[in-house]
Amino acid sequence: MTMPEYTILFTLGAFLFSAGLFIVFTKRNAIMILLGIELMLNAANLNLIVFNRQNPTSFEGQFFALFVILVAVCEATVGIAIILKAYHYFHTAVPDQISDLKEKN
Amino acid sequence: MSPGNITLYIFVLAAFASVMVMLFTRTVFYAALALIVCLISIAGIYALLYAEFLAITQLVIYAGGVLVLILFGIMLTNRIAGKPLITESNHRVPGVIVAFGMFLTLIVAYQQTSFNTAESPPAQGNHINQIGIELMSTYVAPFEIGGLLLLVCLIGAALMASSFKKNDNA
Repeated sequence: MTMPEYTILFTLGAFLFSAGLFIVFTKRNAIMILLGIELMLNAANLNLIVFNRQNPTSFEGQFFALFVILVAVCEATVGIAIILKAYHYFHTAVPDQISDLKEKN
Repeated sequence: MSPGNITLYIFVLAAFASVMVMLFTRTVFYAALALIVCLISIAGIYALLYAEFLAITQLVIYAGGVLVLILFGIMLTNRIAGKPLITESNHRVPGVIVAFGMFLTLIVAYQQTSFNTAESPPAQGNHINQIGIELMSTYVAPFEIGGLLLLVCLIGAALMASSFKKNDNA
């Protein structure tokens, strides 16, 4: 591993994060927003692994990435459950169209 | 150019291409499949960076677990059966500005930081063995709290998603 490779990996991490941010910002479907959040978390993980490769005597970066994956799994599970519930009430998975706190009678 | 370098570039290119597919497709299902390709490529990069345990975790949990869950979610929130779930996009211009600004900020931050670029060998011995020992000694508190968090999420998500019948009567 030399400097050009690290530069490429950092650029890939920055690109993945920006792409995830763009998806969260522009797409209207709630599941698409979840996918964007997963992409951003993976960009952060990629950077943590590269930092860990630069200081290979410890495993701190790998452990941080492991716990990020753990929290991301919880987030995806609860997110999908909320989306399914909202779809059941409002018959749509587009957050813009969900503006009521309670189902209309 | 060593074989490891070429493999790394192939994985980077695959991740880049699949994210471009995610950005430009309108079908949510295709975006989820592209995300699977991206996550598998990132797992390959992890393996090349001597993070074997993380690579396997990424494959098993993300590509095998989370994305299958999301595919289920896509199929369950599709009202018109047989038609693909299409997503519209809005706020495109502010989105491009925000994302591009974020990208530029990160790149500038990388270039202004001095990293440890010395050619350093990976830690000696069996990595997975050492990770297991550290997980049960130094990192045992976050490990246990993480287990508790997973249990809470499991019960909460199952309760939230499965109480359809009761709410129909209300």
